[in-house]
Amino acid sequence: MYNFEFSKPSTIAEAVAALGQEEAQALGGGQTLLPTMKQRLAQTETLVSLNGIAEMQGVCVNDAGQVCIGGATTHATVAREAAAHYPGLASLAGRIGDPAVRNRGTIGGSLGNNDPSACYPAAALGAGATILTNTREIAADDFFDGMFTTALNEGEIITEVKFPVPQASNYQKFVQPASRFALVGVFVCKFSDGVRVAVTGASADGVFRWSEAEAALSSDFSKGAVDGLSAPSGDMISDLHGTAEYRAHLVKVMTGRAAAAAS
Amino acid sequence: MPKDSGIGASSKRREDVRFLTGQGRYTDDINLLGQAYVHFLRSDVAHGVLKNVDTSAAAAMPGVVRIFTGADFEGVGGVPCGWQVTDKHGEPMQEPAHPILAQGKVRYVGDAIAAVVADSPEQARDAAEAIMLDIDELPAVVDMKAAVQDGATKVHDDLTSNLCYDWGFVEENKPAVDAAFEAAAHVTTLELVNNRLSPNPMEPRVAVGDYATGTDDSTLYTTSQNPHVIRLLMGAFVLGIPEHKLRVVAPDVGGGFGSKIFHYVEEAFVTFAAKQVKRPVKWTSSRSEAFITDAHGRDHVTKIELALDADNNFTGIRTETYANMGAYLSTFAPSIPTWLHGTLMAGNYKTPNIYVNVKAVFTNTVPVDAYRGAGRPEATFQLERVVDKAARELGVDPIELRRQNFITEFPYATPVAVEYDTGDYEGTMTKLLEMIDRDGFEARRAESAANGKLRGMGVNCYIEACGIAPSALVGQLGARAGLYESATVRVNATGGLVVMTGSHSHGQGHETSFAQVVADMIGIPEDQVEIVHGDTANTPMGMGTYGSRSIAVGGSAMVRATEKIIAKAKKIAAHLMEAAEGDIELKDGAFSVAGTDKSVAWGDVTLAAYVPHNYPLEEIEPGLEETAFYDPNNFTYPAGAYACEVEIDPDTGKVEIMSFAAADDFGNVINPMIVEGQVHGGLAQGIGQALLENVSYDENGQLLSASYMDYTMPRADDVPMFKVDHSSATPCTHNPLGVKGCGEAGAIGSPPSVVNAVVDALQRAGHTDVTHIDMPLTPARVWSAMQN
Amino acid sequence: MTQVSMTVNGRAVSGDVEGRTLLSEFLREGQRMTGTHVGCDTSQCGACVVHVNGEAVKSCTALALDLEGAEVKTIEGMANADGSLGVIQQAFQDHHGLQCGFCTPGMVMSAAALLKDNPKPSEQEVREYLEGNICRCTGYHNIVKAIMAASGQDVSAIAAE
Repeated sequence: MYNFEFSKPSTIAEAVAALGQEEAQALGGGQTLLPTMKQRLAQTETLVSLNGIAEMQGVCVNDAGQVCIGGATTHATVAREAAAHYPGLASLAGRIGDPAVRNRGTIGGSLGNNDPSACYPAAALGAGATILTNTREIAADDFFDGMFTTALNEGEIITEVKFPVPQASNYQKFVQPASRFALVGVFVCKFSDGVRVAVTGASADGVFRWSEAEAALSSDFSKGAVDGLSAPSGDMISDLHGTAEYRAHLVKVMTGRAAAAAS
Repeated sequence: MPKDSGIGASSKRREDVRFLTGQGRYTDDINLLGQAYVHFLRSDVAHGVLKNVDTSAAAAMPGVVRIFTGADFEGVGGVPCGWQVTDKHGEPMQEPAHPILAQGKVRYVGDAIAAVVADSPEQARDAAEAIMLDIDELPAVVDMKAAVQDGATKVHDDLTSNLCYDWGFVEENKPAVDAAFEAAAHVTTLELVNNRLSPNPMEPRVAVGDYATGTDDSTLYTTSQNPHVIRLLMGAFVLGIPEHKLRVVAPDVGGGFGSKIFHYVEEAFVTFAAKQVKRPVKWTSSRSEAFITDAHGRDHVTKIELALDADNNFTGIRTETYANMGAYLSTFAPSIPTWLHGTLMAGNYKTPNIYVNVKAVFTNTVPVDAYRGAGRPEATFQLERVVDKAARELGVDPIELRRQNFITEFPYATPVAVEYDTGDYEGTMTKLLEMIDRDGFEARRAESAANGKLRGMGVNCYIEACGIAPSALVGQLGARAGLYESATVRVNATGGLVVMTGSHSHGQGHETSFAQVVADMIGIPEDQVEIVHGDTANTPMGMGTYGSRSIAVGGSAMVRATEKIIAKAKKIAAHLMEAAEGDIELKDGAFSVAGTDKSVAWGDVTLAAYVPHNYPLEEIEPGLEETAFYDPNNFTYPAGAYACEVEIDPDTGKVEIMSFAAADDFGNVINPMIVEGQVHGGLAQGIGQALLENVSYDENGQLLSASYMDYTMPRADDVPMFKVDHSSATPCTHNPLGVKGCGEAGAIGSPPSVVNAVVDALQRAGHTDVTHIDMPLTPARVWSAMQN
Repeated sequence: MTQVSMTVNGRAVSGDVEGRTLLSEFLREGQRMTGTHVGCDTSQCGACVVHVNGEAVKSCTALALDLEGAEVKTIEGMANADGSLGVIQQAFQDHHGLQCGFCTPGMVMSAAALLKDNPKPSEQEVREYLEGNICRCTGYHNIVKAIMAASGQDVSAIAAE
């Protein structure tokens, strides 16, 4: 790792100030960033840990019934504390990485990184979550901008994520066997006004909504509803672990399974 | 009742206490006063001409002690190859030089170009990044068959081609084999790939070089399975250091599986550099570095044909294999696809005519050498797959076809140059069938089908040649070293023993099982016996631990040394009891005179040996310490029968192992708990090969599976609880313990039954065109096979 | 260099570290506690797992400075007060849950974290929990068995196979 100055502010305001310096980078749980830095594929002058900011921690339910998660909340905490309010989300969080990774990795870190195979982007996009930063609120539909790219500006921090709670939801994760990231992950949420389907792992453009499946499931929320659809086209990833054709097929299978498990 | 100590007891492992409390001493735990750190600048292109290495800017970086390049090693030897193979025309293999740091060319991604020695690891890495390289990239040689075409780019310009050797075995058999195929009633042909693997012991390699200016002594601490072999190869062939001025220490080693047999350039480098910079020099591999520097395993492309007569008797086997050597010849590399592969092609069957052809090929990839099983998994896989395919083509039961062709009389001389001393293949198959409830399979299949899953069962047999030795034989086969083993038994005055063994334990539990043997022979508690290994300074010359050889060869050496101890102790006891030596009996740690009530305790005899006040000095010397070297007259031949049941999710292609059973014949067993643990670990590696693991290069020679993000290691939820049994045992006839070795069996025997089971499931589900899928049987590959 | 202080196995320790110093480096090099091992550089093998404030964490993927004031427990702190093996350690020895010993520290620490949350895990739960701990020697059979035995469950049926 290249060396850096380390700072650990205790408020959002201090963190924003620290990140305003030249070449400063925020550190969430570090479960992706630190391995990347160890490979010397990333470097920074100052690393600003967000792990000491009490106001970015924890899970609660607001007056609108949304599950609100502090940006520095670990996956393990979400898996534990969101379970009663939003089991589909808690279950997804409980399948990210492995237990030790879940004890460090944070929702803000994951969403900000937008790894094309990460689970949380599917949760946020599938649920139609709102991402709160130190300056604004961003709808999930406007947040993800292709792999490893988001709407976040330089120095902008994800302070909280608000998830509307659906009537039913389910996440199906078909793992890439080595990394155990999603080879294909599909998060299906059934709301009173329709179904949202978000797909991760499959596309070179990162997480996306499969609108044909959303339409089909909105009129018939069952496994069979997606049977007749052709698998999504688009820029499917082809690599060691599966061809584009295989991934597209898995998207359909996992979507059907998610609908079946949720309904 | 199971025994509670000695031979045959599941004694708990004494080494566990230090490992479980964080007190193990692995090589990376060693930090010498004033040590510097080396970072190797490695090629990131597979093939290129190294035009210039400019270290001037890097040399001025903070903390840099010295930067070495290939030029520093021009007068230094290269890493030698320990085995020479003679080709089918009687010519020696082509053998390129393997320099410590690249000279003139880089030949694989990972080839070391320069080495920066600095005060800290990060400073060394910083400076390595500042080295300016000028490399003219050349086309990468990756595909083996293309590599041996006329006009192919050459990995080594000074060789005539990329063909290391074209080996025919047994060349004289070929006409008879061809005739058998002419006369066959049925021929089954199978083309397959034995996938390239990365051994991945959990401890990455580490090497620490130290040099004492006052005495001119060099010491190397290294993660090795065989410190004496490293001392011999590095001292004699690379650095020119006589063995008495070179000490090699392999302390606690975190697994090897073959990959820590070989002498690597990093070991020679740190030993050389420590003397140059007059400071200890340490190298610790990262896992990423391990993927591009640790020797890989397997990587064969094979066509096998099986000829049968009208009664389904096997009449001939003919194979053609391309075996990848990588860019250089690693220590044992040429022997793996030849003597450890061709000699096993008879398997468990009495096939009279066998011909094996192997073309070993240089490519711009990491060197390929032994990985757990080493040649024998490749032989077993192709044979057991083609037999299964033949049974399907002929519409006969695959187990019955095997049984019909089993070798049943021993000793049995195969047409591929080895003689099986003993075995009972029917016995292990019968045991296997008791373990797997074959009759209940249909019901289980129906239950799987009701859950939307496809179930299949696969069975296979295996034979392996273990206890890798006899020196005379391996010498004829091209080994450049002997393969005996050694032990010194030192009895202390108060009766405790230290056994110094040339074998090395890196997970096998020798400190426990070896002590069981000696304690049992003398009749004293196991805790009176200490096993010392891993340091050339205090152990006799030994060839190390690999090839399931430690108990069969090293254990036998220890038995021979202990027999000498007992013989001498009996002389002392006879003197003490004023009896005839021939009347002395040793039982339960006491010597007695046959037919009398006279006895003397073990401790009294050992004390007399060191306090020889009343001692037959005119007949024997004081002291009680003996050394034995043991060189057997044959390999050992463990064998067995394995069965696997799988479920396939037809929507995703994902294969799940539902059960796995292994019935092995290891001969006598010293510690059943340890033996079963060895089988479990081997099975997981074999299942890993069959379903998960694959080293993958692209056409430019870039390694695609370069970390655990892309190389799939078996995890706990990838494997089931295993059913293992070793009760069907035919003791080895030629070593004193009757043992055969168990370290590699699981990895050798398991891949075919997994693949057989998957093909069985698909066939039963109507995918009758799927007769083979190449390993690893990933979900994507299985799904793809089902689409055709 | 910045000073960092934490409690390791009940003992207050401190040392000067760089920003980039990992917890695993602080333990192994700074404190000369080499029981915690490093087997990969992508946060997957789990040989480096320790407990931070009671939770399993990969010490190769946490910065020492980010853990100022933390309570850290390592394999060196898992034995009983009298030096005898703790329950999980003893089960690993009894059931041959280790071979080369390299992954073992992480396995024991993960097992302890699992049993704290789930005192009687099923075989499947143990296997799933160990997703982040790779062992190359044992095939996991005896690790799973040892952890279930450490939880007080009868593993004789497994032993009979």
